[in-house]
Amino acid sequence: MTKGQAISLQKADGGSLTAVRMGLGWQAAPRRGLFGSRTREIDLDASAVLFADKQPVDVVFFRHLVSDDGSVRHTGDNLVGGVGQGGDDEAILVDLSRVPVHIDQIVFTVNSFTGQTFQEVQNAFCRLVDETNGQELARYTLAGGGAYTAQIMAKVHRVGAGWNMTALGAPANGRTFQDLMPAILPAL
Amino acid sequence: MTAELVRGQNHPLSEARLEIRVSAGTPVVAAATLSDESGRIHGVEWVAHPGAPTLPGVEVSRQAAADHRLAVDLDAVAETVHRVSVLLALPTGVGGPVDFGSLAAPVVAVTGLDGTEVAGFTLTGLGPESAVVALELYRRQGAWKVRAIGQGYAGGLADLLADQGLAQAHQLASAINEAVAQGVARSVPAPPSRTADGDRSRQTTASALGPDQAASPYGGQGAQTASDPYQGSQGNQVPQGAADAVASYPTGPADPSATTQPGTPAASGTGGPVDYSHPRRRNTAPAPPPAAPPAEPGRPAQPVAGDATGWSMEERLYNQVWGMFEDLARSTAAYRSAVDFADTRMDRELDEVLSDPRSRIGGQGDAARESARAKHAQLVDQARQVLDRDLAQLAAEADVVEPALPPAYARWDNPTWHAYRVPMEMPMALRLGDLHLPESDRLRIPMLIRLPLERGLWIDSGRTGSPDGSFLDSHELRRLALDSAVAHTARLLAVHPADEFTVHVLDPAGSGAQAFAPLVHSGVLTAPPAVGAAGVADILTRLTEHVDLVQMAVRGGAADSLPPDFDTAHQLLVVNDFPHGFDDRAVTRLRYLADEGPAVGVHLMLVADREDAAGYGPLLDPLWRGLMRLTPVPEDHLADPWVGHAWTYEPALLPPGSQVLQQVLAQVAEARRLWRK
Repeated sequence: MTKGQAISLQKADGGSLTAVRMGLGWQAAPRRGLFGSRTREIDLDASAVLFADKQPVDVVFFRHLVSDDGSVRHTGDNLVGGVGQGGDDEAILVDLSRVPVHIDQIVFTVNSFTGQTFQEVQNAFCRLVDETNGQELARYTLAGGGAYTAQIMAKVHRVGAGWNMTALGAPANGRTFQDLMPAILPAL
Repeated sequence: MTAELVRGQNHPLSEARLEIRVSAGTPVVAAATLSDESGRIHGVEWVAHPGAPTLPGVEVSRQAAADHRLAVDLDAVAETVHRVSVLLALPTGVGGPVDFGSLAAPVVAVTGLDGTEVAGFTLTGLGPESAVVALELYRRQGAWKVRAIGQGYAGGLADLLADQGLAQAHQLASAINEAVAQGVARSVPAPPSRTADGDRSRQTTASALGPDQAASPYGGQGAQTASDPYQGSQGNQVPQGAADAVASYPTGPADPSATTQPGTPAASGTGGPVDYSHPRRRNTAPAPPPAAPPAEPGRPAQPVAGDATGWSMEERLYNQVWGMFEDLARSTAAYRSAVDFADTRMDRELDEVLSDPRSRIGGQGDAARESARAKHAQLVDQARQVLDRDLAQLAAEADVVEPALPPAYARWDNPTWHAYRVPMEMPMALRLGDLHLPESDRLRIPMLIRLPLERGLWIDSGRTGSPDGSFLDSHELRRLALDSAVAHTARLLAVHPADEFTVHVLDPAGSGAQAFAPLVHSGVLTAPPAVGAAGVADILTRLTEHVDLVQMAVRGGAADSLPPDFDTAHQLLVVNDFPHGFDDRAVTRLRYLADEGPAVGVHLMLVADREDAAGYGPLLDPLWRGLMRLTPVPEDHLADPWVGHAWTYEPALLPPGSQVLQQVLAQVAEARRLWRK
């Protein structure tokens, strides 16, 4: 997928997508020899912001792991990243059929809590997956992505009775999603 | 409670099953020696090392690694063993560092099975040594303790073993080094055959989703998988019953979410991996949960009772009820949020119409107002439809779940209470009443509270803001509060085994004699309700002593040193008309019981009107806050843990005219009589 490209989450057989997962993965900072406990760990965080008519209604991030209505769930904060073999280190699951009726857009963001820019992070990626069949809908490589600490990744939004997804891929800077709000609003 | 030890310091161990975690920053060999009272190793078979990694009760890694987790089961260690020494050594002949002086100080920690650290020790100040005794676990008057040692040996393993009196020290040291060298040469070993999910508790913080993340998140060494204590090369397990003496007396069954593992049937053998399964838990795989019949296309699946995870039907129903509770909370949150949004949007749009000069012309304003209202109605409608769909599903689920509930979870009018038998085990949880929300008046969620109670209960006999506005005079409220206290007490008595729950009743003014009659006449109380200030003082003194004794025993790791006539049952103190008959000293004692009691199995149930205790001022605020407030009439004062809705609580009351309480109490009393014989 390229920036700005929109895809419909209608399935080929006419059924519409019911669950998506936003996955975020990165490689743990390598341990340094002598003082192994003093590694500089890299903590990336995935967040999802729920909007109703361009007003933020709810946010799912590492301090609030489940949206009040239960439709969006964060699988838990990972502070150090994985072993870099391609698995998701943090994931946000969205049950589209349970999203409250007034929520019309959900924006996914990634930010570096520990402050390293994506240039310094190894093997970092984020992706959107159709949770029902594991098929990857979109994937970004964050590593080497410039001197930014955050990215507005993608949004899913209501179109008629179903949902569309638009890749945004807009770089930004910020420690948590609050810092990203000004960058998110133009994308709505 | 972590103790950071210094060299020579010791610390009691309250658990027999432990893990010793080693973090050295560079691959080291971890081994354990067993020795007798005088600290002597009797032979090579008393040493667990990479070449022979398992001994009864001890297992070490087969390889050198930067991080180790050694499994220890002190109950499985032979009687003749009085000391288990954990030692670290640098592998020789593989080109690594040759002494500990060039390394960061290794860290050794003793942890429980759930990962909670008991004691830690950093081995500082090492120089030319290449082997070191890190710490030792030793028996002292029947209890085990850990001592930080940190004794290094420049001559390596051979000197270390020789120092502990092992004749074949040199041969064994070279055998260990050879085994390690072989291990290093081997590539990353096959993943350990995890037959069970026993390591779930320590993996919970790891990122779980990646399919290729089987390796544990601790350290990046490839060899680490070999240090997994579950890898059993010999396929034997220590005998199941070996760990039956559980030192943690009154806390009851451990949290089943902590370490549950079905375990394979134990073959009796001497060596083998330490058995992590809970000694009192079944060791066969549980019956599979009932399968939901396949759903018709386009319709939600038919709900089935017990359709949740868990090792037993009881646990599955508990999880299912909590799942329903959460689903209702969240569905309602979605509905309320949508309605809020619709209201706000309509207000804004109506304001816009008012301030727009064009709306004064003709019917434009009316049309805009109309459209704003229509949009509002449409959104609220949609939200309501979604909520109704969810409510219907939850109601259908409740209809199948309610009849399937065991007595501890069931309403008093459930037929299961007529088939009541005194149980052999304490249940996971107890139903204290029902919860519902105004949007879903018909749907009642059982309010299940984990046992043993973590907080005392306060049955509020004061004036309440009952939602239906019905007026009850204070006399009537006091009667209802007392009745519901008796119903809760009877339920607690009924769901515990005969010898595991003792109830004391304090009724200083004697005003509750009529309400307590079912408890008194059935004979389930050990003594009649205590009256007067003397009765208050007497019972509080006894219970305070009880708490002190158990605390001392638990902290000292000597649960078996309690007096022989000590009542090891859970204790419930029911206080009517608090603070009538209480002086300052008695109030202080009660607060002590409320704070310290739950951890050692002493629980409180206060029937009180907070106004009556107003004379104590803010002194009692912490007491009220520390108790769970229940009302004798429906009141919306309980919040759920997810969204924080105000739920209306209704106590679990007996159907009018029902004899079920008397029947149940009669059975409880009979079982107690038989038990005491």
